[in-house]
Amino acid sequence: MKRRKITPYLYLLPIILIFCVLLVYPIYQVISFSVKDNVIVNPTPHFVGFQNFSKIIQSGEFWRALGNSLEFSIVSLFFHIILGIAFALMLNSDLLNSRFRGVVRALFIVPWTFTVSIVAILWRLMLNNSGIINTIFGLSIDWFGSRELAAKAVIFVNIWCSYPFYMISILAALQGISHVYYEAASIDGANSIQKFFKITVPHLKPVLISLMLLDFVWSMQQLSLTYITTGGGPIGSSETVGTYTYNLAFKTYQFSAASASAVIMMMLCLVIAIFYVRRQTSLD
Amino acid sequence: MKKSTKMRLTKLLIEIGLLIGLVYALFPVVWMISCAFKSNKEVFTVPQQIIPRNITLEAFTSVLTDTTKLRYFVNSYIVALVTTGITLIVAIMAGYALSRYDFKAKKTLNTFIIITQAVPPITLLIPYFGMLVMFGLYDSYWAMIVTYLVFTLPYATIMITGYINTLPKDLDEAVAIDGGSTWCVLWRVLVPIAKPGLVATAIYTFLQCWNEYLFALCLTKSGEMRTVPIGIQLLMGQITYSWNEMMAMSILGSIPIIILFVFAQNYFIAGLSAGAIKS
Repeated sequence: MKRRKITPYLYLLPIILIFCVLLVYPIYQVISFSVKDNVIVNPTPHFVGFQNFSKIIQSGEFWRALGNSLEFSIVSLFFHIILGIAFALMLNSDLLNSRFRGVVRALFIVPWTFTVSIVAILWRLMLNNSGIINTIFGLSIDWFGSRELAAKAVIFVNIWCSYPFYMISILAALQGISHVYYEAASIDGANSIQKFFKITVPHLKPVLISLMLLDFVWSMQQLSLTYITTGGGPIGSSETVGTYTYNLAFKTYQFSAASASAVIMMMLCLVIAIFYVRRQTSLD
Repeated sequence: MKKSTKMRLTKLLIEIGLLIGLVYALFPVVWMISCAFKSNKEVFTVPQQIIPRNITLEAFTSVLTDTTKLRYFVNSYIVALVTTGITLIVAIMAGYALSRYDFKAKKTLNTFIIITQAVPPITLLIPYFGMLVMFGLYDSYWAMIVTYLVFTLPYATIMITGYINTLPKDLDEAVAIDGGSTWCVLWRVLVPIAKPGLVATAIYTFLQCWNEYLFALCLTKSGEMRTVPIGIQLLMGQITYSWNEMMAMSILGSIPIIILFVFAQNYFIAGLSAGAIKS
């Protein structure tokens, strides 16, 4: 009996050890970095309290990056969900034969399978001054090089490369709705618009909320796509909290300031994650 | 009569909608393929054509004959395969315990696993960088293999736990009655029948590792340790951009994923949708 009690912990030992080394300790460390003066570079750092935080909060760059991240997250989220619902509904239609739907579904997922550097470089080619997009629309705009457009262009690319995740999750949820509801509604004389708002939307709601929370957390952390397409420029106009933190750490080696910024970012994400976990555990 | 015309019209509208969607999704991909078969001079030659004027393999040959670039592929395979192997072993054990046992810390652990997915990678990168330099692992395969576990394990554990939950408990009880240990039950009974779930998990984990960019960028520095995603970006650092080579390398770098995708599409999709809906 006693042995049975420790058995699960023995099976969990590897994962617990790995999480301690890769999560618990590093998080403790990054928090302690954030209240010291220049760590990693300086062999004997001193405790400086919240100096790093106040420096960051007083800098305009941080707030601009945060604003950009928020814009990036909200606009991406909106289009991910809209495109996700639109494509999923069309792919779920009984009017099309299932083989055709399978092929189209596969093709719709393709943009999601590329790594971020491929996505970034492909769009740098297409959105180049004399790239194909400008050629098609008869323009000559340097999309990633313009202060007004760079941030918007990155958002556009982000929508393109990650909508399939939302589409597939929504499609799976749609397929989980029993036909019985729709049949009953048809007998009662409901039209398709009524069915959509009275049956489909309420059934999708829990999945949609989970997806929005996930998307928001991931988008707020986003840095790779911005880093490769615009590098945060021109003149910081497309900087996100992610690239701002990255540049502090790995470009200018201000690891303490970077840690403070990283801690702020982590706190923001954890607050949203707590909502997400509450929902997930209450759904089970 | 009226109903069938209405249905035909709806069908037509859906087909048009899907067609527009496909152009949006695939035009960039078609363009990538097209440019990979052009000479670098032709990439921006006006008028730009989807079908290259002179189809040439020069971009592919130049990537495939360059040992530095081939090394990126070898590195990517080593890192992705080893990480996937370790992830599966650890996640199978964890998934078994989370699915089959009730214990005090279970709920806390479950919550912890979900929350870890929200920790920004850049937050972890700063301490990882210091730790790896200290242990002399910076710029090595282990720098990537070990740190990748932090994002592969939570998802793999959630997927495998979910899959074992769907397998009947009678099976393990029958073996246990015959005197088999739980270790035996797990590896000899559950693992073989859990194959579909494990394959989906393995594919998803491989994909995550193959496509990983940020950790590989910050935790390695020498040409011998770079992986494909970094290698592709490094092509941009040169004075003149060889766009055709970048596109060719993008295609070559996507081949493992495309193969997995074509031959195991259903596993692939199962992995893709497992996280958000159930955990």
